[in-house]
Amino acid sequence: MNTMAEAIDKTTGAMSASELAGGIHSRATVGDFTVADPRMSCRDVDVWYGSKQAIKGVSLDIAQNEVLSMIGPSGCGKSTFLRCLNRMNDTIDGCRVTGSIRLDGQDIYDRSLDPVPLRARVGMVFQKPNPFPKSIYENVAYGPRIHGLTNNRTELDALVESSLRKAGLWEEVKDRLDQPGTGLSGGQQQRLCIARTIAVSPEVILMDEPCSALDPIATAIVEELIDELRANYSIAIVTHSMQQAARVSQRTAYFHLGDLIEVGETNDIFTNPRHKLTEDYITGRFG
Amino acid sequence: MNAWTLTLFLLAVMAAAYHLGRKRAISGAGGIDRIKTLHSLPLYHGLYAALWAGIPALLLLGLWSGFQDQIITALVTASLPPESLDGLSEGRVGLLINDIRNLATGNIVSSTLTPGIQAAADQYGRLQQISSWTKWLLVLTVALGGMGLALSHTEPGMRARNRVERIVKIIMIVFSSIAILTTLGILLSVLFESLRFFHAISPLEFFLGTSWSPQIALRADQVGASGEFGAVPLFTGTLLVSAIAMLVAVPIGLMAAIYLSEYASRGVRAFAKPVIEVLAGIPTVVYGFFAALTVAPLIRELGTSVGLEVASESALAAGLVMGVMIIPFVSSLSDDVINAVPQSMRDGSYALGATQSETIRRVIVPAALPGIVGGILLAVSRAIGETMIVVMAAGLAANLTANPLDSVTTVTVQIVTLLTGDQEFDSAKTLAAFALGLTLFMATLTLNVVALTIVRKYREQYD
Ligand SMILES: Nc1ncnc2c1ncn2[C@@H]1O[C@H](COP(=O)(O)OP(=O)(O)OP(=O)(O)O)[C@@H](O)[C@H]1O
Ligand SMILES: [Mg+2]
Repeated sequence: MNTMAEAIDKTTGAMSASELAGGIHSRATVGDFTVADPRMSCRDVDVWYGSKQAIKGVSLDIAQNEVLSMIGPSGCGKSTFLRCLNRMNDTIDGCRVTGSIRLDGQDIYDRSLDPVPLRARVGMVFQKPNPFPKSIYENVAYGPRIHGLTNNRTELDALVESSLRKAGLWEEVKDRLDQPGTGLSGGQQQRLCIARTIAVSPEVILMDEPCSALDPIATAIVEELIDELRANYSIAIVTHSMQQAARVSQRTAYFHLGDLIEVGETNDIFTNPRHKLTEDYITGRFG
Repeated sequence: MNAWTLTLFLLAVMAAAYHLGRKRAISGAGGIDRIKTLHSLPLYHGLYAALWAGIPALLLLGLWSGFQDQIITALVTASLPPESLDGLSEGRVGLLINDIRNLATGNIVSSTLTPGIQAAADQYGRLQQISSWTKWLLVLTVALGGMGLALSHTEPGMRARNRVERIVKIIMIVFSSIAILTTLGILLSVLFESLRFFHAISPLEFFLGTSWSPQIALRADQVGASGEFGAVPLFTGTLLVSAIAMLVAVPIGLMAAIYLSEYASRGVRAFAKPVIEVLAGIPTVVYGFFAALTVAPLIRELGTSVGLEVASESALAAGLVMGVMIIPFVSSLSDDVINAVPQSMRDGSYALGATQSETIRRVIVPAALPGIVGGILLAVSRAIGETMIVVMAAGLAANLTANPLDSVTTVTVQIVTLLTGDQEFDSAKTLAAFALGLTLFMATLTLNVVALTIVRKYREQYD
């Protein structure tokens, strides 16, 4: 992890003197939203639901092997922004996205790009565990099967096992792979959903409040898992728990009413917020 | 002064009782501002008084109206001079009584008037008058008495709400038992008649025999009326027509449901769903003559043009049209269960990079399958019970065949033909209809129970 000193160095570089002076009410994001070698990079993203604008000119990068957390009061557009990153918003009637979002330099909203394979590269874990009403095995094998990732049953078995292992669920379910995934506990179901996502080897994993339906123990297990997954993936996670953001993420972005207010090293944001709204939020004055 | 005016009067008494009960409760509490001290709201005190005024009086009115005719008739008959009844059969006495009644109400009489009859008619009329007045008097007394009784023990602490709720509950129970008992009654009567049939014809012959010609010889020497009751051709005919219907309805209904719930835009859905459901609203008799007059000749023509032998009334025609009739059942039930699959399932699948058709085939349909199967079973039970279309388009010949171009007959058609026209109600021929009805009922009942169990299980899964 970066040191605090480095972090401050980097952010002040991107800030103007007037912003530092405090009392900032501009839409411009405080802090450096860019990273050196971005996996995904968004520029001036606007999202409308019909005539209602839910995201206003957000620019944000996601680096390789980092966990980026997104926080903000309810309704500020965190989920909306997250869903832009794998074009899940396409499935919502009347939702319109402008600006540019690039994955490894390629515009994912390009007309020639098919959102279906994109979603295999940018996986998503939802707030409420949503295993398919199939066996545990079939839940994990679902993605590999539709994308033809394996050539035979042995390979598929191996892929299912390794995905479940990475999700930390293998030991608990190895003897009952043929039982329905819906019969697992909530925490196990969420890890099953993570395993299902990992099984298609995405490059980026998006998580929308993955622990909000889980008890503290299951949450701790999933958080540990997220930390391990960072070695191989880029992760963007939406959370309502400031502690969780502080525990799992390296960078944090604070959203407010569709604006990205402040972004920076997690340590900085929580110990030394620079925007008034951020400070109010993390000190619990609203939200 | 008929029962209706009396009922109106009763309602008026009930309204008065409601008001008085309310008033009394409020004043008992010490004014409208202190109604908090009442155990129940004034409304319930009012209802309590109204129910007391209404229910006993209504019961009395019902009983009186039900029995008054019988009692008066009995009285009149008893008072007839005994010699006028001498040597008359029971039926004759009935006619005589009828005459008396008609005379009393001023209708046309069939026999010649004798003084005895005239006197009896006069007495009949007098008794009726008396009965009617007594009825009024009694019913109103009971109503007012009930109201008085209720008002007399209206006091702030009375648990009027609990009592009213208990009475209402009892009324509900009575009405639902009426529904249940009626079903049970029908079932039992069909059962007993069937047992009588199985006394005459062995169940073995009925369920396994392959020849059906339910003509019973009226004279010993009559030819061609031996009476054979092997119902297998009817069962196979029913199955054949139903199978053809399901072959039409299941694919079309299911595809329509999937299209409507997954692909169609909101506008298309708002238009197409009601239009499909209109199919369910067409009277079956219209489907019937459509099948008999349009589809059957068409199939026959097509068949003969390619050199096939097609009966003018074919299982195919009936089955096709019945299938069209059943499409909305399958489609709207499937549509419901497909919509009940949570959006999160779809999201989960899309987020793994599945296309829409993969999502439908591999997630949505399997998840909805139990419900869809339940819906299909309900449709099957509808198909085998369907009557009008097959009566008009499938024919009467009890052929044991699997050829859809042949004419077949079904259980329902045979029930209709056995019972239309003048019938002797205890011949094996008529009783056979009950046995067929029982079989049909058992089959549809089983299907419905199985289907509903499946559907319910499925619902629980996502609740
Ligand atoms: N499908 C939709 N149609 C119309 N408006 C929507 C839709 N989804 C979200 N919105 C609106 O967009 C705004 C942002 O919603 P979003 O779900 O992204 O908020 P959020 O930050 O994720 O909130 P929460 O923390 O409660 O999940 C809200 O004002 C919401 O009402
Ligand atoms: Mg959200």
